[in-house]
Amino acid sequence: MNQFLLAGAGLIIVTVAIGLARILRGPHDIDRLMAVQLLGTGGIAALLLTAYATKVPGVDDVALGLALLAAFATMAFLNLVDADEGGAGS
Amino acid sequence: MSVLPVLDLVLIVLVIGLAAWTIVARDIFAAVLAYVAYGLLLAFVWIRLHAPDVALTEAAVGGGVTGVLLITAGKRLGALKASEAGAPPGLVLKLVAGALALLVAGAVAFAVVSLPTSAPTLAPEIAAAAPGPGAGLGNPITAVLMAYRSFDTMLEKVVLILAVLGVWSVGADQAWGAAPAPLRKPPPDGAMVFLAQILAPAGALIGIHIFWVGADAPGGAFQGGALLAAMWMIAMMARLTEPPRVASRRLRHALISGPAVFLVIGLAGAFIADAFFAFPPALAKPLILLIETFMVLSIALALPLLVAGPPNGSDEP
Amino acid sequence: MSLLVDLFSLASIGAGVFFFVAGTVGLLRFPDSLTRLHVLSKADNLGLGLIVLGLMPRADSLLEALKLLVTWALVLLSGAATSQLIGRALRRGRK
Repeated sequence: MNQFLLAGAGLIIVTVAIGLARILRGPHDIDRLMAVQLLGTGGIAALLLTAYATKVPGVDDVALGLALLAAFATMAFLNLVDADEGGAGS
Repeated sequence: MSVLPVLDLVLIVLVIGLAAWTIVARDIFAAVLAYVAYGLLLAFVWIRLHAPDVALTEAAVGGGVTGVLLITAGKRLGALKASEAGAPPGLVLKLVAGALALLVAGAVAFAVVSLPTSAPTLAPEIAAAAPGPGAGLGNPITAVLMAYRSFDTMLEKVVLILAVLGVWSVGADQAWGAAPAPLRKPPPDGAMVFLAQILAPAGALIGIHIFWVGADAPGGAFQGGALLAAMWMIAMMARLTEPPRVASRRLRHALISGPAVFLVIGLAGAFIADAFFAFPPALAKPLILLIETFMVLSIALALPLLVAGPPNGSDEP
Repeated sequence: MSLLVDLFSLASIGAGVFFFVAGTVGLLRFPDSLTRLHVLSKADNLGLGLIVLGLMPRADSLLEALKLLVTWALVLLSGAATSQLIGRALRRGRK
């Protein structure tokens, strides 16, 4: 069972990393941001699977922290995208 | 464990590839995004090396705070869409820089490869000495940081405060004492305000939880402080609150409270325990937790102040 | 009983991995930023959700299971809000 969980974690990492190609290709900055968001969510899933497969303490806390930090980084990048066009927003 | 070597190989290839892309990318937005992704993958590498504390710090500081710092700085420099400003460096300079970088990388690689196969470690000694010098802490990393090399840890926080001073001193003379510019100029969307209103309190609780469990499980003052810093920055980015005035006494006292409390207790150690920066065995764990509480406060204040930037008289971000 | 639990975990985690693969395929193959945004939320909600569902029976205590749920809830919340924000930014023409 643990082997299966680890295989799942590995598969998710590989998959999400292939999605990182969007950072290279994405015609717009927002596409690149979406690729990194997918990486963040995939990373959380892989961390949770690894936590339950290897029973190392604290890895599920890392996943929890990562969920918060991914949201934080995305907000900062979105702020930049909004500010780019002179800031006459709402 | 047949799946792990493949996973490790994939991680190595990805990390190197992302690092290369970060350097090569033309557009600063893409480069910083690649750097954030690189930080996330590096956190996973730390997990594979059985170091959850470092993984959390890497995700918090490397992925989160540094990424936001770079993006905010890049926005302020106005250089985000053009990667060239001024004459590009000549070929000779590039070759010399490349050779130096290669030299440093080679030296680090040689040092890592020539480490003894059974790495010297304090962990078993700390576990055996837990009631004594290990201060009754279950997490060996926290024990090393706070009991074995506590002076070093205090100086790290002093370095953070010096960095904040450096950032403040970049501001214009007439703006000294004012608040830094708000992190976002146009009024935010309703969705962003909603997200900040829910995320910031929940994240603050999680940050305090991670700090508190750091005594016996992976976590600790720096990770908790970095999460709290991120939550305050979220509130500032949604303009729920503004960066504080640089001249505020309360801000300055709270900022230095971490290393100050550490220093006071360390000096007192010369009288109430064996030596400078030693803890009396009965009071060790409560004292350490007290010091760590103030350190969390210092870190949670210093990191957002670094991102917020120098004091700014006008409203221009 | 434990075999049943294992099978449930297997099925749920397998489905979760499938949604992550679907998310990547969509991110790489869909023609437009808005369509790619749509795909991203599937990976967030269903991908992570099914994996959390599959891991919950394996938790040692109620607290651990709650931690899993809170992680998923945070990702859900931030995914929903940022999808809104990205959509608005794309509509206003700021890329």
